[in-house]
Amino acid sequence: MAGEKSVAFVAEQQIPPSPPPVRTGGALGWARDNLFSGVFNSVATLLSLAFVAYILAMVVPWLFIDSVWNASSLQGCREVDDGACLAVINERFLQFVFGFYPEELRWRPILAFVLLFVAIWPALFSSAPRKLLIFSALYPLLAYWLIWGGSLWGPVGAVVGIAIGWACIRFLPPLLARGRLDEGLAFLAAVGAGILGAALWWLFCVIAFEEALSTVLAISLEPVESARLGGFLLSTIIGVSGIAGSLPIGIVLALGRQSNLILIKGVCVGFIEFIRGVPLITLLFVAWLLLSYFLPPGTEFDLILRVVIMVTAFASAYMAEVIRGGLAGLPRGQYEAADSLGLDYWKSMRLIVLPQALKISIPGIVNTFIGLFKDTTLVIIIGLLDPVGLLQPIRADQNWNGIVWELYGFIALFFFIFCFAMSRYSMYLERNLDVGHR
Amino acid sequence: MRLKTTLIAAAAATAFSVGAHGATLDDVKAKGFIQCGVSTGLAGFAFTDSDGNWDGFDVVFCRATAAAVFGDPNAIKFTPTTGKTRFTALASGEIDLLYRNTTWTLSRDVDLKFSFLGVNYYDGQGFMIRKDMGVSSASELDGATVCIQTGTTTELNLADFFRANNMNYEPVPIETNAEAQQKYLANACDVYTTDASGLAATRATFEDPENHVILPEIISKEPLGPLVRHGDNAWGDIVRWVLNALIIAEEKGITAANVDSMASADTKDPEIKRLLGVEGNYGEMLGLSADWAVNAIKTGGNYGEIFEKHIGENTAIGLARGLNALWTEGGILYAPPFR
Repeated sequence: MAGEKSVAFVAEQQIPPSPPPVRTGGALGWARDNLFSGVFNSVATLLSLAFVAYILAMVVPWLFIDSVWNASSLQGCREVDDGACLAVINERFLQFVFGFYPEELRWRPILAFVLLFVAIWPALFSSAPRKLLIFSALYPLLAYWLIWGGSLWGPVGAVVGIAIGWACIRFLPPLLARGRLDEGLAFLAAVGAGILGAALWWLFCVIAFEEALSTVLAISLEPVESARLGGFLLSTIIGVSGIAGSLPIGIVLALGRQSNLILIKGVCVGFIEFIRGVPLITLLFVAWLLLSYFLPPGTEFDLILRVVIMVTAFASAYMAEVIRGGLAGLPRGQYEAADSLGLDYWKSMRLIVLPQALKISIPGIVNTFIGLFKDTTLVIIIGLLDPVGLLQPIRADQNWNGIVWELYGFIALFFFIFCFAMSRYSMYLERNLDVGHR
Repeated sequence: MRLKTTLIAAAAATAFSVGAHGATLDDVKAKGFIQCGVSTGLAGFAFTDSDGNWDGFDVVFCRATAAAVFGDPNAIKFTPTTGKTRFTALASGEIDLLYRNTTWTLSRDVDLKFSFLGVNYYDGQGFMIRKDMGVSSASELDGATVCIQTGTTTELNLADFFRANNMNYEPVPIETNAEAQQKYLANACDVYTTDASGLAATRATFEDPENHVILPEIISKEPLGPLVRHGDNAWGDIVRWVLNALIIAEEKGITAANVDSMASADTKDPEIKRLLGVEGNYGEMLGLSADWAVNAIKTGGNYGEIFEKHIGENTAIGLARGLNALWTEGGILYAPPFR
């Protein structure tokens, strides 16, 4: 091949790619593509920019430059400068956070709040050590004890009641099924026995249990009554317990609604439809007013606990419908596949159906959570002083009468932080669980 | 409204049929503190200070009652109540006493089965308007737009007043006092109407209070006072006479500062002697200690002192005594004789 005529040009290496034209890359290109890609978009961009600048020109000097942090009254603020009177937040910050919680005991709710993050860590992120879940399960007990104080054995006694109920449901059905009862009936009977056992324990044994253990080993914190809880502490208590309670109850209700057992289905449908048909305010009034008439006189049934129960029930009904949407969204084949593997009902739900159904329900679930958290402000109707409720007595102080924007803005910021965090987490979760079905 | 009244009445009836709250005085003494219902926040009347303690005109009367019963003005727990929950809270026994700017009316007294025990503030509905509108009397308000809180007696009073004077108005419905301030300042309405004390408190918060006037006409009677449940006579007597004692104290010039010396010194006035427990057994008649009135007066002073401290002319609220002056000084504050 020596004599063959050589070609005129051979590229020895690949030509390096040229950078894109300036007009299509970088910030300029991005702006051109996204902000000024046509007459209409350009006009809209300019108008929006003008609007943002207009708002910022009003807010920034008011909030940052002319604002007053140190004054003892609104008049004092006005004498110093004409911006936001943030002195009120400076003075009342701790009241907004803790309500009327005794000052020397405030480390307890703070500790409970910090531990909350430890408790929800394994629930939120799969990278967390699994053993922490035991701590998460015990956290409600711990938080209740830290915040309300009193003897440790009271909340422990309440948990023992739950344990009794769980043990009945877990261990009774096989025993009963060994007799002549069929499986469904055995399960129903076990649930009934569990509820009955727990109720009997709570009604008759808890107090004796608490007293007995207190004499053996007295562990107690100084009790703090519910009337002293307020502010962000109160909204967080109601919001977090409502959120933590509504998801499992909602799942059970959603599954119950699909059940073939007419009794379970009826109870679930009745509960969901009843609760959804009633406004939350009505439920709060029921919790506050009717229960105090119907319970025997002298019964100590904490108001905040009643509110938490009602809020949880309310959110659970909505949650059940959100999850039912997820269950209905699964192809029939998934259920059949689970059956064909020979899994029993609980296993097929736990391993096949629910993980998928919950995944597609995430936006709806988080939506319900955020709604629930914001609904906690409704407790003002029954005289509980959550942040919005605290506005009134603070504004009624003649020093601060007349302040509006600063306080509402501050509360809005708090709710925004919580709700935005939830929304970002749900997006993270969706990305993480997206295994490419579409 | 009718339904609500019926519900509250039914609730109250249930409470009595249960009979759990028969003798509030015994209950109060047994538990060692008074549960007092106050407003969730009303300028000058009930608010929280920076330490989270309740204070204000109504609150001091609650504390004085606690001082009279227990000798300690802090033997008390406050329950913030809203306009919607106040009556049910009292009827259900959640609170022992309600001091919450509550107007004494027939239906509340009779139909809701409460006992009003006197009046600690005589209020009335008035109008506030910008000075540059050039209006000097409420009879010149024909055709005005009026900011009015919905669902209150003030709404009904307003309608009555304009109809009686053959005038027209355009209502701008609002929910809260804060909303009213914003609407009024933004010129969404020409006139803002509510209780005169509320108007004064609202005006005091403006940056330019001198540019707004409160018109002289008062179009309704709003006697505000404490109330307890029907059938609670022994307990009600105490609340009534603590209020009367504070009014008599002002009449006789007894103040928080001089009450101790008055009680020990050889005062001539027999009524002072009786009031401060130097003479007679009036404390015993009420089921209290002899120095109950001394303790009540020490809490926040006499009626006049409480008024001046929380809502008087030297405060930001800036209310004149007006009707609430003693009967000897041109007002209608008149306590029965202490004997």
